[in-house]
Amino acid sequence: MEGHLNLTLKIWRQKNTQTAGKFETYQVSGISTDMSFLEMIDVLNNRLIEEGDDPVAFDHDCREGICGMCSMYINGRPHGPNRGVTTCQLHMRSFKDGETITVEPWRASAFPVIKDLVVNRSAFDRIIAAGGFISVNTGNAQDANNLPINKDNADDAFAAAACIGCGACVAACKNASAMLFTSAKISQLALLPQGQIEAATRAQAMVAQMDEEGFGACSNTGACEAECPKGISIENIARMNREYFSATFSSK
Amino acid sequence: MTKIDAKIPDGNLAEKWTKFKSSVPLVNPSNKRSLEIIVVGSGLAGASAAASLAELGYKVKVFCFQDSPRRAHSIAAQGGINAAKNYQNDGDSVYRLFYDTIKGGDYRAREANVHRLAEVSGSIIDQCVAQGVPFAREYGGLLSNRSFGGTQVQRTFYAAGQTGQQLLLGAYSALQRQVGMGNVELFTRHEMLDVVTIDGKARGIIARDSVSGALERHFGHAVLLCTGGYGNVFYLSTNAMGSNVTAAWKAHKKGAFFANPCYTQIHPTCIPVSGDHQSKLTLMSESLRNDGRIWVPKKENDTRKANEIPEDERDYYLERRYPAFGNLVPRDIASRAAKERCDAGFGVGSSKMAVYLDYAAAIIRYGKGEANKNNMHSPTDEEIQSMGKAVVKEKYGNLFDMYKQITGEDPYEVPMRIYPAVHYTMGGLWVDYNLMTTVPGLYALGEANFSDHGANRLGASALMQGLADGYFVIPYTIGAYLAAEIRTPSMSTDSEDFVKAEKAVRDRLETLMNIKGSKPVDYFHKRLGKIMWDECGMARSEKGLKASIKEIQALQKEFWSDVKIPGEIDNLNPELEKAGRVADFLELGELMCIDALDRNESCGGHFRLEYQTEDGEALRDDEKYAYVAAWEYEKQSSFKLHKEELKYENIKIAQRSYK
Repeated sequence: MEGHLNLTLKIWRQKNTQTAGKFETYQVSGISTDMSFLEMIDVLNNRLIEEGDDPVAFDHDCREGICGMCSMYINGRPHGPNRGVTTCQLHMRSFKDGETITVEPWRASAFPVIKDLVVNRSAFDRIIAAGGFISVNTGNAQDANNLPINKDNADDAFAAAACIGCGACVAACKNASAMLFTSAKISQLALLPQGQIEAATRAQAMVAQMDEEGFGACSNTGACEAECPKGISIENIARMNREYFSATFSSK
Repeated sequence: MTKIDAKIPDGNLAEKWTKFKSSVPLVNPSNKRSLEIIVVGSGLAGASAAASLAELGYKVKVFCFQDSPRRAHSIAAQGGINAAKNYQNDGDSVYRLFYDTIKGGDYRAREANVHRLAEVSGSIIDQCVAQGVPFAREYGGLLSNRSFGGTQVQRTFYAAGQTGQQLLLGAYSALQRQVGMGNVELFTRHEMLDVVTIDGKARGIIARDSVSGALERHFGHAVLLCTGGYGNVFYLSTNAMGSNVTAAWKAHKKGAFFANPCYTQIHPTCIPVSGDHQSKLTLMSESLRNDGRIWVPKKENDTRKANEIPEDERDYYLERRYPAFGNLVPRDIASRAAKERCDAGFGVGSSKMAVYLDYAAAIIRYGKGEANKNNMHSPTDEEIQSMGKAVVKEKYGNLFDMYKQITGEDPYEVPMRIYPAVHYTMGGLWVDYNLMTTVPGLYALGEANFSDHGANRLGASALMQGLADGYFVIPYTIGAYLAAEIRTPSMSTDSEDFVKAEKAVRDRLETLMNIKGSKPVDYFHKRLGKIMWDECGMARSEKGLKASIKEIQALQKEFWSDVKIPGEIDNLNPELEKAGRVADFLELGELMCIDALDRNESCGGHFRLEYQTEDGEALRDDEKYAYVAAWEYEKQSSFKLHKEELKYENIKIAQRSYK
């Protein structure tokens, strides 16, 4: 049933990329347990506006857990305390009355802070541009059912393709590694017959771009998998490594 | 005065597109390299158009307001995409998909466009599979299909409950490939704030870099608006928070007619509103109606829990009213039926504005099926439940999880509570057969245009239309315009027209910042939303619409004198972005009411209380209203109506019946 909470929020405030940031403390009261975490921030922001203060900038769009835009680091965990949930789907019933909640942006040198809780994740777009595709121009395709695909492979490819590109894996990793993100796309395409032709060049190009963006090496701790809101499996990293090494050994 | 000409090719319906493709002027490869195209929006329509045009050799610039093209709200589409493949051998064909779409749209869509859509639908599936989109498959390795509302065949392809995500990521990958190759220049966190026209032709846009606040001028030989729908005019909708009408509205004020603005799709299966804090509504895919049964108690104001109400005291009202289609009637009909039951006092939940979507019967049915498959002769009830839940989990698991996260209730144990919510807008910028608006060189694709869904869109047809427009229509039709532009060199953005357009945008932003009123943007947006939902939502009336137009005009004045926008103009300022969008919604809302008032009939998503049959069904007036209402902007609060007559040469126009 609906209840109401009084909370203390410690939120990271930073004017822009060039300026240093710091935590500010805010009190909010009467927060309905049916609210989402972002709706709670909406309440705070509308109050800040009425009081003449600058509201907290944060990324969000679909608010149904699929666009991957929301990105808060809550009490030391990307997307907060619950497993398999983005911040927009985190509801206040997961918190206790009187609790202090700390909210920070993703922390990674490859994701510079733009303002407050908003970070720049365009590095992910560039990793995909480096090779996260099958080179098939519009109009080139054969009839879809001319290419039967083993259901298990199709299901595994789908599970990898469910990545929403939010960056929680990077934020969770002590090395700020983008291995889970990059491997999910490499795996999806490596599991499908359509993706075989370019498998080797894809793995090499995407890994090279990932390194160039300044993401760290895999920490092997599995924090990425634990914090991924879509449950992307760390097995994808093993598959990426196989793809990458076989591509490297066989390259001319 | 602009005259509207739909430019529908001559000839038999089934041959129009083929003939068009063979006769449309071409642009040779070397000329393509010097022609620039601006694409605004990166959803299914925008990403697929940008990728396809870049593959052809055009120079493309893509703009999106989000931080990545992959965030566009197409990503949230759940259930599936239709295609007339007839893989199920159940009698599907291009003609049937065409027919279902026209009928589903309540005979208010343009025949030639819809037929083309059905023709290219199969190629979309081929293209997506080739890109590596992981559609659901059967054990034999072939593609799986399911059924959707308003049809009697299984033609919907899907990827669990995340079909939009997978299709968009396919188009996004194709787009990023072109970005990597240098054929597309990408501008993220950029919002288009005006179209620049020179000598009557679209020649570029003014965009604001949301991070720096800087205004930028961009030239293009053509401009494509792929900016989605305007459902957020209702404040609460299943749209993303950033979804807006601004690009389309700016185009409208620069001469593009706005067609059928009042046609709004209210989706029957959404999670009900929980309180005033609500910022958006969440859809539960229509695919759930395949297996779920919708009901309310037979007794008024029944306060018992769902599981305590015995079978014979439940009213499965869709099955009762529409035996032929049952729970799979089209969206407009399912939504009105839910509203009718709730208004009559049979609603459930604490707000009484909800109905049940129940999986208990499906769980037992699937459980028994599994028992048979596994040769279990006398399974216990627990075994049936557990096996049945496993099947439901595989089909709809992510939707059930989402319901639980939002409501805190477990839909495997208690029926879901659902209520209709604003979901899609069939109306949009008027376009001709080539997808060009009334401004030469300015195109509208996907949900941003009006052309294919008439007064009601069938489920799983939005993804089809967005990708059809982007992958298979615009790459051909744009040639008809650009072939005559090969002698137009790229223009300097220092010309007077660009400078003037930029100044107008800057003045408006400064005006907004300088109001320094007392109320946040959301305050106005919520008030507009309430007016629209109450009077221009599921049921409309002359009296209500007339009053709403006055209320909205008053609200516009109040907004422009009392809105309070914090922060700075030259920094990331989400409130300033929102203010600009709400200002445009305030004008659009007025036009929607004007359009709804003009249409003295009920059709599809437009239901006028004065025009209904004795048993409460929509009553169309084909004599007087078989037209597209295309509105021309004259000045503030003044719009001129142009009519495009709809001719049905291939379909017998009939009273729509799903009984």
